Amino acid sequence: MLEIKNLHANIDGKEILKGLNLVVKPGEIHAIMGPNGSGKSTLAAVLTGHPSFEVTKGEIKFHGKDLLELTPEKRANEGIFLSFQYPVEIPGVSMVNFMRTAINEQRKYRGEDSISATDFLRLMREKKELVEMDNKLTSRSVNEGFSGGEKKRNEIFQMAMLDPSLSILDETDSGLDIDALRIVANGVNKLRRDDNATILITHYQRLLEYVVPDFVHVLYDGRIVKTGDKNLALELEEKGYDWIKQEVAAY
Amino acid sequence: MNNIIVNNENQTLTKNKKFLGDEYIDLYKQHNELIKKHSASIMNVSRDESFALFEKLGFPSSKLENYKYTDLTDALSFDYGLNINRLNIPVNPYDVFKCDVPGIQSYLYFVLNDGFYPVNDERNTSLPENVIICSLKEACEKYPKLVSKYYGKLAVDKNDGLIAFNGAFAQDGLFMYVPENVRVDRPIQLINMMRSDVDFMANSHNLIILEKGAGAQLLVCDHTIDSVRFITNRLTEVFVDENASYEHYKLENTHNRTTNLATLLIEQKESSNVLANIITLHNGLTRNTIEIDLNGQHCETSLSGMVIGDKNQQVDNFTSIIHNKPDCHSTELFKYVLDDTSKGGFTGKLYVARDAQKTAAFQTNKNILLNRSAKMRTKPQLEIYADDVKCTHGATIGQLDESAMFYMRQRGIPETEARLLLMFAFTADVIENIRIDALKDRMKLLVEKRLRGELSKCEGCSICQ
Repeated sequence: MLEIKNLHANIDGKEILKGLNLVVKPGEIHAIMGPNGSGKSTLAAVLTGHPSFEVTKGEIKFHGKDLLELTPEKRANEGIFLSFQYPVEIPGVSMVNFMRTAINEQRKYRGEDSISATDFLRLMREKKELVEMDNKLTSRSVNEGFSGGEKKRNEIFQMAMLDPSLSILDETDSGLDIDALRIVANGVNKLRRDDNATILITHYQRLLEYVVPDFVHVLYDGRIVKTGDKNLALELEEKGYDWIKQEVAAY
Repeated sequence: MNNIIVNNENQTLTKNKKFLGDEYIDLYKQHNELIKKHSASIMNVSRDESFALFEKLGFPSSKLENYKYTDLTDALSFDYGLNINRLNIPVNPYDVFKCDVPGIQSYLYFVLNDGFYPVNDERNTSLPENVIICSLKEACEKYPKLVSKYYGKLAVDKNDGLIAFNGAFAQDGLFMYVPENVRVDRPIQLINMMRSDVDFMANSHNLIILEKGAGAQLLVCDHTIDSVRFITNRLTEVFVDENASYEHYKLENTHNRTTNLATLLIEQKESSNVLANIITLHNGLTRNTIEIDLNGQHCETSLSGMVIGDKNQQVDNFTSIIHNKPDCHSTELFKYVLDDTSKGGFTGKLYVARDAQKTAAFQTNKNILLNRSAKMRTKPQLEIYADDVKCTHGATIGQLDESAMFYMRQRGIPETEARLLLMFAFTADVIENIRIDALKDRMKLLVEKRLRGELSKCEGCSICQ
């Protein structure tokens, strides 16, 4: 599904990703962990086409297509979804209008007709239940005045609405209390299928207790330096990142 | 249109000018008798006095602090005709005009160029009892006591060239009177329609009186139906008595060779409620001077406005809210979206008199520049002499929020659409300040069309193609 080869990326002339390789297959959940500043969020930004980042080398294939050729909106409509670490407030744009526009753009991209009002409302209701989202939130402007937890829940709600083939969850667990974490994780698990995949970017092992990954990667200094199964996350939780840094330095 | 007196002394344009518009001095002197003959005596009482003030001030130059965002030099370099003789304009606006706000169900009136057009619409027959809406000239003759009690009372102390010019030249306008405790059930709509074969100037004076407990909504629309150059200088005085409630909407949709100078003066008495919403969708050069005097306790005032400018359009909103009495509450909100080489100006003067304690006044001006050549100049001007008040102001000039843009694009919304949603969202709170539902719905559509670039003109007008 996703193939990243020797990816190098800059922001403001500074190299953040320095030859990253990753393969994600349908049905898999990958966790990407790593210390601050290792390039985790940069990876999410580059995958989604954030205009501040420049790819200097390497390639990304998504369902066989050259992802780097596509605009952010086309990548989204191809099935890439990012749950933002810091979801953006958009005053004056209602959740309903925002969601309907997004759904219809996706349908247009696939050559389908616009969604009918009743189908749209049904879809909204169904997906809201999945993340136990309050009706009041969807009648407001996008993320405006939402608490931290509500914002993250809203990301998962949007993910459920858009049904992506690859979801990237960037620090979705940060700032969540245990109940919110459970709801978010539950949403992610319910959306999991054989034909979609998830990349969890996280600092802590906490989320991985609820969403069990198939692979855990350690990102350090712009490269994936270690890959293992869920036990690697436990090891990192226990020992921190220093031993990884030492291992890398020893090469 | 041959019989219209044209200010035809072209040589005056090339000689050394004493000040902006000094050729109108001779015009006035030459036609003084005629102007008065075709006007009403009440309006003539102060005419010479206004003229004397204009002779002193001239048209305001952009060197004046209050006019620094409006330069009339170009607009006044043309030779405009004036209809001093009050000749009939061969057009029936009731036939020509198609209202762009479906379902508004308004009482509909016209000021054609500079004169009130005789009422010719059956919908207007159902006005509530004792409500008067007619020509100001006619009102001067029929209700001299009423008119002279109010006429010019808000304009009199203003040391302003435009107001002085209007006092000298205006011969007619709309008169509206709502008696005590009468609420006009439907919006009243006034269309300022400009129609001429030659470059043309119009001056008009509207007088609006709401007695105690009265209520009315007025929607003023500016339209141009010919492609010649127009300059208008309109003055509206509004008196809102105790417990009365008045809503004033102004929607400008004129072509880009129009210079629109409009002064709106409102006086509020105790516990009255005023909402004014001044929207410029399309124009040439516009100067709105708005002053709201709170002369009684417990007044509520909401003043808002919006500008969508592109090409070389210019809009300057000069606003003053004067808190003379305690316990009043005012909010002000203006938003501009400027593209191309358009220019915007905003001044928010807020005056709180020494004994206007417990004043609450909030002012916001937010602006978006869509490219580097658009310009916005904004100036909050707070003068507070009371010590127990709550006043805030904020002005921002910026671009569209890039992080919001990316967020929307990540959800599959294309850049152009995301941009549009953001611009529309930006203006949404000004539109929310419209309390006439049909107008609000229509504004949403018009603004969206305008932002999409589908509408650079009002429907029913074919000028700014």
